[in-house]
Amino acid sequence: MKSLEELNAIRNKVKGRVGLRSEDENQTRVVVGMATCGIAAGARPVLNAMAKLVADKELENVAVVQTGCIGMCRYEPIVEILEPGKEKVTYVHMTAEKAEEIVDQHLVKGNPVVKYTLGAAEK
Amino acid sequence: MMPEISLNVLDVAENSIRAEASLVQILVTVDLEGNRLEIQIKDDGKGMTEEQMAKVTDPFFTTRTTRKVGLGIPFFKLAAEATGGSFQIESRVGEGTDVTTVFQLDHIDRMPLGDINSTIHTLIVYNPQTDFLYRYTYGQESFDLDTRQMKEILGGVPLDAPEVSAYIKEYLDENKLETDGGAIV
Repeated sequence: MKSLEELNAIRNKVKGRVGLRSEDENQTRVVVGMATCGIAAGARPVLNAMAKLVADKELENVAVVQTGCIGMCRYEPIVEILEPGKEKVTYVHMTAEKAEEIVDQHLVKGNPVVKYTLGAAEK
Repeated sequence: MMPEISLNVLDVAENSIRAEASLVQILVTVDLEGNRLEIQIKDDGKGMTEEQMAKVTDPFFTTRTTRKVGLGIPFFKLAAEATGGSFQIESRVGEGTDVTTVFQLDHIDRMPLGDINSTIHTLIVYNPQTDFLYRYTYGQESFDLDTRQMKEILGGVPLDAPEVSAYIKEYLDENKLETDGGAIV
């Protein structure tokens, strides 16, 4: 069985760094809908993929969070990206594969992936 | 319907978080001798009124304002009853809610349990203000994960720090494997 002992070592390693990731007004928020509609449509792997990509690429200024039902259940899984000073971008029918492209293009390079947005889906 | 039972668990446990629970207990029991899979989700949240309780399994009732249907509990109930199992919910205002479902383990219509570790990991890491006690039992073996114990060791280091999050996933994966030997439930 994996023990809790290892947590001691992790605490000592991480302790000094905590506080760096605190919420501030310059933070980008990635919001994943995790109500029944989102979960049934496949939001859990999307949320986990987003969080893993943001952690792997060490995007310190990006927080991946969950929310309830956004009210557009037919477009789930939905991911909203809120960057300070910019308009909200809503991605629809999300998958873990699309998440990869969106992290690379939108979060790293600053170019929203228009083809996956709500605006493109409604056309 | 949900494609796997672990997604019902995630969905129903999210209700506990919306009910402002401070502790959510999730007990997954694979009872091989009794041919049962039992799942209990118990919280100390704000509970439901008798009026809400009467409607909780009605798909056309929800407390949400963003849509008019509430399918989480009806899905869970239907998935259990389709296997000849049972669904039970008890709730008291100010005390909490306790949902217990029993599935017949070898029933052809039973959904797979699925990736229960991802469900537990997601709940813990994205709801760091809520405590979780998770117990997985397979036959005679079992293991626990208690975030209150983890928080005590971690001091102020949050459960969603990347290293801690990775540790929690490994803890779940390694201990589940030792408990059930990699059986697909």
